[in-house]
Amino acid sequence: MMDHLILRVMIKLFFAPILLFALYVQFHGDYGPGGGFQAGVIFASAFILFALGFGLRTTQKAVPPSVLPYFMVTGLLLYAGTGVVTLFLGGNFLDYYVLAPNSHHNAGQHMGIFLVELGVGMAVFSSMLTIFYYFAGREPEISDEDW
Amino acid sequence: MDFIAQLPVLPVVLPFVAAPLCLLLPAGRAPWVWATLVAWATFALSLILLEQVWINGTISYAMGGWSAPMGIAYRIDLTNGMVLALISFVAAVVFPYAGPSVRDEIAHKQTPAFYTALLLCFAGLIGVTITGDAFNVFVFLEISSLSTYVLVAMGAGRDRRALTAAFNYLVMGTIGATFFVIGLGLLYMATGTLNMIDLHERLVGQDNRVVKAAFAFIVTGLGLKLAMLPLHLWLPPAYSYAPSSITAFLAATATKVAVYIMLRFLYTVFGFDFPFLSVALDFFLILGVAGMFVASLAAMFQDDIKMMLAYSSVAQIGYMLLGISLGTVDGVAAGLLHLVNHAFMKAALFMAVGCVVLRLGSHQLSAFQGLAKRMPWTAWGMVIAAMSLAGIPGTAGFISKFALLQASFDKGGLTPTIAGFLIVLSSLLAVVYLMRVVRVMLQPLPESGPFTKPVVRPPLLMRVSLWVMVLANIYFGLQGGGLIALTRRAASILMGVDAGGAM
Repeated sequence: MMDHLILRVMIKLFFAPILLFALYVQFHGDYGPGGGFQAGVIFASAFILFALGFGLRTTQKAVPPSVLPYFMVTGLLLYAGTGVVTLFLGGNFLDYYVLAPNSHHNAGQHMGIFLVELGVGMAVFSSMLTIFYYFAGREPEISDEDW
Repeated sequence: MDFIAQLPVLPVVLPFVAAPLCLLLPAGRAPWVWATLVAWATFALSLILLEQVWINGTISYAMGGWSAPMGIAYRIDLTNGMVLALISFVAAVVFPYAGPSVRDEIAHKQTPAFYTALLLCFAGLIGVTITGDAFNVFVFLEISSLSTYVLVAMGAGRDRRALTAAFNYLVMGTIGATFFVIGLGLLYMATGTLNMIDLHERLVGQDNRVVKAAFAFIVTGLGLKLAMLPLHLWLPPAYSYAPSSITAFLAATATKVAVYIMLRFLYTVFGFDFPFLSVALDFFLILGVAGMFVASLAAMFQDDIKMMLAYSSVAQIGYMLLGISLGTVDGVAAGLLHLVNHAFMKAALFMAVGCVVLRLGSHQLSAFQGLAKRMPWTAWGMVIAAMSLAGIPGTAGFISKFALLQASFDKGGLTPTIAGFLIVLSSLLAVVYLMRVVRVMLQPLPESGPFTKPVVRPPLLMRVSLWVMVLANIYFGLQGGGLIALTRRAASILMGVDAGGAM
């Protein structure tokens, strides 16, 4: 219970700010450096840090591996879906202008990039965590029969 | 939505959107049906697209409304329109075939993931073909390659060696992709653009080390991807241990797309004015001829039929490179023709082997003994496809090898003439290794050994798909005129001879 007390306290302390920073990178990515890819990695890194301190099983209770594919699919579909919506609105694929054609301050562009980056963020987050789960959850030894 | 205006992007978007949805389908039959429907729809779209290009000439499409050279442009001329139709045709035939074969080879719960990877690979290959942006090529190449590694590794259910084969392929493929992207980086440094047409305009007259290095990196990187002779070592194991349907699909598409991209970079991006081009073409001639012989010789000594056919693929790529290396419209047209016909014959051969694997559980030569009695449809389909591969008149292989011969003799000069004779000679080698299989298939059934039990016929769907490919071989062998005209026009547009191509 008292193992790695300092580490665990620090991880708990850092967990929320890391998530917050990830969200900042995600949503400020339209204007400054950042974007969905980086944000997704940072978001996943919070959970990986948590898993390092508290164990894989606790983490998988919080974020079960079975839900991650849904995140990936939703992310990818958000991206591609934005493109398909612009197609149906009469523009080219991923032509964000048609999302809000009458806007004077390019609201369509903002909306489009926002949705696309959100999709990227979700897909990257879930892929990162899936990769980590697979590596961490691997059997330490492979028995001779498996070969 | 204006259907015709949006047509260029649809063949990529459709499988790309369908792939994640496929992952959510319940395991079993559903993902397969879904993937098949998507492949058929994509094939229809690419045919309409090819027709549009044939009538109206080159089509451009600006991604996101950002026009070239700023944005990513899709650009479809006859060459990639043709390759596009080829890939989606192969997918439309192989995906239905995959169903029964995959049920046997892939774990039930993995089927959604399998077809998702297959659709992603398909979307990536189409993307590589369709795009007119050099960096976009890299992105799509990686999409298709990464999913290919996964698909090859999924053969591990039947043979654990699939894992090492996939890993080798991953290492080699990634090195190839890295070389390619380094080359692109250098080109970007020299020109400040990534659009292919724009690159060409800015590269005219440039002859410095940066551009030369870029050229070398790109040609080497693509050489790895298309299994050019000394860089081909990943291909035979990857093709042998992958699931049967994947081998059939990849053998007919992946290297073909890489050959197309090589052509695109040689003739559209760098172009004839590029002084370094002739060096590369000379190397292609040497490596192509060497590939024809080394790989054919290697194929002669394989007891594993999939391995044999994989080596034969490397040899056939040698023929395509030989055609390209002639540097004439005839030569490139012959190379393109062989690219298309080889896709038909290799898909048919690997599909036939897949039927044997399904029923006998092996792709060793010994499993083929007496096949003509045991599985006549499969065996005779395989014989016809093998005849096509060897270049017997009346089959597609004859047409393209004849075109290659003609192109090398027309070019004149000593080297192309010798190369022409070597084509004939190496075709004889192909006859030798194919005769081995045909002879074994026509023998009576084995009386002892592991393959004595009678077997059920392969599922109707697999035989029908196989025979669609076989009939394509016969059809293009007898009625090759249309295809020859198509490749000729494609080659002349690609090389900027035809004004309709407007470089």
